Amino acid sequence: MSSQRPSAWYAVPAFAFFALFAALPMLLVIYLSFTAWDSLGTPRLNGGENWARLLDDAEARASVWRTLLLMVMSWLVQTPIALLVGVWAAGKQRSRAVLSSIFFLPLLLSTTAIALLWNALMEPNFGAFVGGPLFLGDPDIALYTVVLVISWQFIPFHTLLYQGAARAVPPSLYEAATIDGASRVSKFRHITLPQLRYTIVTSSVLMLVGSLTTFDTVLILTQGGPGTATRILPLHMYITGFKGFEMGYASAIAVVLVVLGTALSLAVMRWSGFRSMSSQQEGS
Amino acid sequence: MKSRPNWPAGLFALVWLAIVVGPLLYLVTVSLRSRAEYLGKSAWEIPDALTLDNYVTVLTGNFGQYLLNNVIVTVATVAIVVLVTVPAAYAVVRNTSPFVQRGFTLLLMGLAIPAQATIIPVYLMITRMRLYDTLTAVILPTAAFALPVAMLVLVNSLRDVPRELYEAQAIDGAGPLRVLVSLVLPLARPAIMTVVVYTALNAWNGFLFPLVLTQSESSRVLTLGLWDYQGQFGTNVPALLAAVTLSVLPIFAVYLIGRRFLLSGLTAGFGK
Repeated sequence: MSSQRPSAWYAVPAFAFFALFAALPMLLVIYLSFTAWDSLGTPRLNGGENWARLLDDAEARASVWRTLLLMVMSWLVQTPIALLVGVWAAGKQRSRAVLSSIFFLPLLLSTTAIALLWNALMEPNFGAFVGGPLFLGDPDIALYTVVLVISWQFIPFHTLLYQGAARAVPPSLYEAATIDGASRVSKFRHITLPQLRYTIVTSSVLMLVGSLTTFDTVLILTQGGPGTATRILPLHMYITGFKGFEMGYASAIAVVLVVLGTALSLAVMRWSGFRSMSSQQEGS
Repeated sequence: MKSRPNWPAGLFALVWLAIVVGPLLYLVTVSLRSRAEYLGKSAWEIPDALTLDNYVTVLTGNFGQYLLNNVIVTVATVAIVVLVTVPAAYAVVRNTSPFVQRGFTLLLMGLAIPAQATIIPVYLMITRMRLYDTLTAVILPTAAFALPVAMLVLVNSLRDVPRELYEAQAIDGAGPLRVLVSLVLPLARPAIMTVVVYTALNAWNGFLFPLVLTQSESSRVLTLGLWDYQGQFGTNVPALLAAVTLSVLPIFAVYLIGRRFLLSGLTAGFGK
């Protein structure tokens, strides 16, 4: 019987490929964070110099704060809208099916396309809001503007998650509540929300990790400006490494990014249970 | 169960519809305006005439080259991912050896690796392999980072195959390769479609790896090409938006043909 089973060799190409181009870079970035490297010569070990510098770097600290602010704001804007639209779109009515197919249209645009479109929309002299606020040009609101663009891009995705989950809620729960005379709001609070809690967790992890690693949107919209008003951590890493040619120091920032991302995912999943997340996938 | 219409929710949905559709309308209408109209009239005014000139401007430039590069990157990435993950997923489900099982666990941990954090070592590796500024440089890491989700989707789907089916094949004397072709491939077809769409979208829309691993025009993909247009076209925003519209068309076509597959590819690995 055992000779009828696939040998381990079937898995080797996938494992080797992943090890070489995803796992090895993860180890290399830790090594590089202890080197000085200008992107041309050979990386040269310089002890903990990058790490000592990172502790004293006010710009890095500021960019961590901006990143956290961006994460929290994105979550606060996206979650309620995606949840409500998703639950609404899960309804069986024909009008809802038609509208929800339109709601998903932003999913078809690449991040680049979306950032360029919003750049054009908010262009101060010829855009759609001439005479309005400067949006991306105003250091006080630039980061919030970025949050709006990110939300416009990603709410449809999370709507899709919520729509799928809301459709899976057993109708008998609602029927029983209707017989008991429960109002619409109370059904949403006491049936829909508890039934969707694992989807809320999944969606939140994706949102938080996604906004932690937001990069292309901000690079195209503002390049981190005006000044450094929107220079979030991944952008700080990119500019330090590929524009400032301090690849060793940028690697230290990259390690911070990995640690933050992993801690964040683990925290949310530990708090809510990863098993429940995977059992939902089996049901799909 | 029939319920009365939910008016507040309907109103909310209409507001949301306007927010979603407004920018998209702007995208298409401005791309059809002449440059003079764009500069002379407000975005809210109805234009005197529509024109396809902007599309001509874009299509007579480098757009074709960028598009071709995008197709090459996407096709190659999808081919690599499907070729290595289908046999691997089969092994994970049917081979209980610790090498395979631990390898799979490690690979799933890759779900947590942000690609952003690896661009510096990937750049180092690619330059040392003398692949810098080639499409291969973009394809290799893009494919590698698609592997964890692809494996998750395929393994989940193959785990649902009843063991009796494998055993029946074994009694018939089928070797693993024949089982792969005659049983695994047909049964995993929906999952493979999901993987294809997920991987293709990632490769098609990829920005980060092309940004740090390529440089010259001949190896520029569409996303970077669009970004480059922003500087090149300057105030010719209608031409820029025509290019953006053109870049969306292929995916829009896929959406029209196979909406279900597209949506399942988008949410691959995360619920429905």
